[in-house]
Amino acid sequence: MTQIATGAKSYAAQFAAFAQSTPLPSALASLRDDAFNCFDRLGFPTTRLEEWRFSNVTPIADTPFVASVTAPSYGQAALDALHLPELDGPRLVFVNGLFIPTLSSTEGLPPGVRTRSLSEVLVNDPETVQPHLGRLARIENHAFTALNTAFLRDGGVIEVAEGVVVDAPIHLQFVTTGSDGPVLSQPRALVLAADNSQVRVVESHAGESETPYLNNALTEVVVGDGAVVDHYAVVREADTAFRIGGLFASLGRASNFSSHAITLSGAIVRHEAGVVMNGEGGVCTLNGLYLGHGRQLVDNQTTIDHAQPHCDSHELYKGILDGRSRAVFNGKIIVRLDAQKTDAKQSNKALLLSEQAQVTTKPQLEIFADDVKCTHGATVGQLDEESLFYLRSRALSEAQARQLLIHAFAADLLSHIKVDAVRHQLDTLLTERLPVGAGETDHH
Amino acid sequence: MLEIRDLHAAAGDRQILNGINLTVNAGEVHAIMGPNGSGKSTLAGVLAGRDGLEVTAGTVTYKGLDLLDLEPEERAREGVFLAFQYPVEIPGVNNAYLLKAGLNEVRKHRGEPELDAMDFMTLIRARMKLLEMDDTLLSRPVNEGFSGGEKKRNEIFQMAVLEPTLAILDETDSGLDIDALKTVAGGVNALRDPARSLVVVTHYQRLLNYIVPDFVHVLSGGRIVKSGGKELALELEEKGYGWTETEPAAASA
Repeated sequence: MTQIATGAKSYAAQFAAFAQSTPLPSALASLRDDAFNCFDRLGFPTTRLEEWRFSNVTPIADTPFVASVTAPSYGQAALDALHLPELDGPRLVFVNGLFIPTLSSTEGLPPGVRTRSLSEVLVNDPETVQPHLGRLARIENHAFTALNTAFLRDGGVIEVAEGVVVDAPIHLQFVTTGSDGPVLSQPRALVLAADNSQVRVVESHAGESETPYLNNALTEVVVGDGAVVDHYAVVREADTAFRIGGLFASLGRASNFSSHAITLSGAIVRHEAGVVMNGEGGVCTLNGLYLGHGRQLVDNQTTIDHAQPHCDSHELYKGILDGRSRAVFNGKIIVRLDAQKTDAKQSNKALLLSEQAQVTTKPQLEIFADDVKCTHGATVGQLDEESLFYLRSRALSEAQARQLLIHAFAADLLSHIKVDAVRHQLDTLLTERLPVGAGETDHH
Repeated sequence: MLEIRDLHAAAGDRQILNGINLTVNAGEVHAIMGPNGSGKSTLAGVLAGRDGLEVTAGTVTYKGLDLLDLEPEERAREGVFLAFQYPVEIPGVNNAYLLKAGLNEVRKHRGEPELDAMDFMTLIRARMKLLEMDDTLLSRPVNEGFSGGEKKRNEIFQMAVLEPTLAILDETDSGLDIDALKTVAGGVNALRDPARSLVVVTHYQRLLNYIVPDFVHVLSGGRIVKSGGKELALELEEKGYGWTETEPAAASA
């Protein structure tokens, strides 16, 4: 028996206690049991698995994380100290994966929109979520998805009725705070956007902790026919923290889904996006911006399944890597036999600010249709010396010149961010926080 | 203003400048001419502080400062300006933003208050008129998608905004049609000032019809081989550079 399997086995007692203390309607209870069985069978992934070849999660497997039974006391001041983007609109706040009503507000939502905590829905209205939970985020082959589902308990549920347009972005704030031991936070989000509706959802994942924690989050999005969903996942975890995130979406006919994965900090951050184009004429945009510092590992995995014809998908990921940080990008595009006239574009670009930083890019195209356009590309580069000299010859300091070029590298991605508060914060971060010397060699 | 003494410089293991002597006084316009590979651009690069050029001997004194000891941005703040032979395209960096940041660095260095957005725009508009620049160039990324003429005009426009005391124009005429050349030269002439010196590096005499120099120097093999007045440029035009190489090397002005 390997060390890794021991890691998974150590959750059995915790699961048994959790299942006993948290009753669920029978269908969901059996999903939960199945999920734990899957997790137990799979164990934490090892680098022998192709999808995990470049991402060693031994530090996660080796740490005995424990889920909070009740939410720790957490106040507005602590939340403010995290400097999450301030959006004018409803917000649901979760601490260690558990809903905190006193910090949340759902005022100002138009009729036809409901934002509730999953814990409440599971008690009062399980029929709403039952058909959806675990349908897109499959437990069978994915240990972290199985682990999250086994401890299914709380999260954000957003429902937008047919034809309803929600102007203000809905903010889901997932905060993890340290305690005596390593905390396991496993929130979920479920977004149900009915036909021709329109909604924008911002997930903030942040934390403050000296001890490592694991934020293993799952989001499922059902985009109805003609619906428009604009989604953001901004990850700013503590430097000691691990974050595994899954985003799974199903797109209806002529719908438009965009998601922006923004990774700013965390020791190991993995973000998986899996999108199925389930109706003709859908458009999917997956963008990612990731910053690496110190010994951070940032792993982005995307799968876009073109199951229907005439769908477009665009993927643009950009990384800015300093110190000894490493990044992985694995982009899979599947074009099914019937998915003629597919137009899929994928690109990963990395800017390396130090000699020790690394990036690994792996595009995977599986094309079964014959009348399609699929392109992929990857670039890795450093700051352009001639540009630096040009800017310095115009009186800018070397530090200013570097910052300006770093910001410029990310400029097109920033311009696609429609939520002003999120974009402004990134603007500031990219001009102020990024190291400006001759490439840092280690994290502060 | 500028005092170059016995300047030797190399790029990698290739020795390019082999003992340049040149004195430029305030208000003077010096033309540096010479065939390809004579070291014209290297000289311009050394003065602006370009990386990859190593000064192996000699000194450069600018306003009493050891110019070679200064970083490129320190030179710029002290009033040195290089108009690039090949202006760099920098996607994602806004032209106006760069200028404002640069100008405010210069002003800070001079102990002047930084300009706010309003004052900056007023200044910019006046300078744009001088260069007959299109407004839209301001909001575009630096040089991105600019035509050859627009790029060169943008260089002189930047010079007009930064108001240097020593401007080095590195083949600013190359690739310009006659109309663009006249506009650019007009901009440069408008900036001529008793307190401002110009070093105009060019391959062809044509530019010097419009920016009339006080002195012309011929660079060959990394040395100034001949110096004279503006009529020297015409002589070169007539006889070609081959002619200078047979003449004995002359000391510079």
